[in-house]
Amino acid sequence: MMRWLPWCFAFVLGTSFAAAPADVAQDARLKKLDEELRCLVCQNQSLADSNAPLAQDLRREVRSLADAGKSDAEIKDFLVARYGDFVLYKPPVKSITWLLWFGPFVLLAGGALAWWSVARRRGRRDAAVSTTVDDTAVDAGVERARALLNDPRE
Amino acid sequence: MKSLRLLIPLAVFGIIAVFLFVGLSRDPREIPSPLVDKPAPAFTLAQLHAPDKKLSTADMKGQVWLLNVWASWCVSCRVEHPLLVQLAQANVVPVIGLNYKDKVPEGIAWLKQHGDPYKLSVVDADGRVGIDWGVYGVPETFVVDKNGIIRYKHIGPVTAEALQKTILPLVRELQKA
Repeated sequence: MMRWLPWCFAFVLGTSFAAAPADVAQDARLKKLDEELRCLVCQNQSLADSNAPLAQDLRREVRSLADAGKSDAEIKDFLVARYGDFVLYKPPVKSITWLLWFGPFVLLAGGALAWWSVARRRGRRDAAVSTTVDDTAVDAGVERARALLNDPRE
Repeated sequence: MKSLRLLIPLAVFGIIAVFLFVGLSRDPREIPSPLVDKPAPAFTLAQLHAPDKKLSTADMKGQVWLLNVWASWCVSCRVEHPLLVQLAQANVVPVIGLNYKDKVPEGIAWLKQHGDPYKLSVVDADGRVGIDWGVYGVPETFVVDKNGIIRYKHIGPVTAEALQKTILPLVRELQKA
């Protein structure tokens, strides 16, 4: 009996290692996919994070589709056809989501434009102020300052 | 002209405020179904009260019908149930029950206790048909037309208001077509 024990261990270890690589890759792929899909019951959790019964069912569905050889895109299409774009954490770019995708950049551009026009107007006003100062008076002041600095008595 | 320009930030704020306010007043639980105006996903399922008999979506062709997703474990199904029983008594439209992720004896006992408004119920034990129909919150109610196209989906318990103002007028209109 004891003689067989090492062989039993070897067999168990062998089968578990043999099964491992494909499963690990598949698990990693499914985990990544589940993280990109939203649980519809607890809406701020992904399928991977949620323990809601529906999330478990959908994970099972995703796994069986993946086992059937479907690509990630096909699996996502399967869920979108049933639950809509909401099931995707990253909304697709289409005409109704343009505001969502590009709105912030439009606001940023608008802000930049406003800032630029204000800055330009202010710069022009500053320039207008400086031209009213008498250049000869400035020059005279500079001369006096220089004379004072160079005065040996001080 | 200058004072008008000063109003621009206020206008931008106003527009954003309107968008955010509309967003606040919407119910995030109500996800629009992509299945509305599409053919109802086909199923062939065993009947709750007669496990050896089946019902398929093809059997319902030619009439307007409702599919109501329910389960004995579903608390809010009890809220809408009296309305469905009333609807069944009025005999306006056949209601098919989809007994979703439930145990058959418990489903039968629940209907015995609360009344059975369904023409018949079919058993979706593992929830696969539910997934095909995009079910995520039981109870849900679908209106299917004579050609087997889903015309409306109600999420959550059916209210008297939803029934009188939306579902029944739609059913009558579809029945005329």
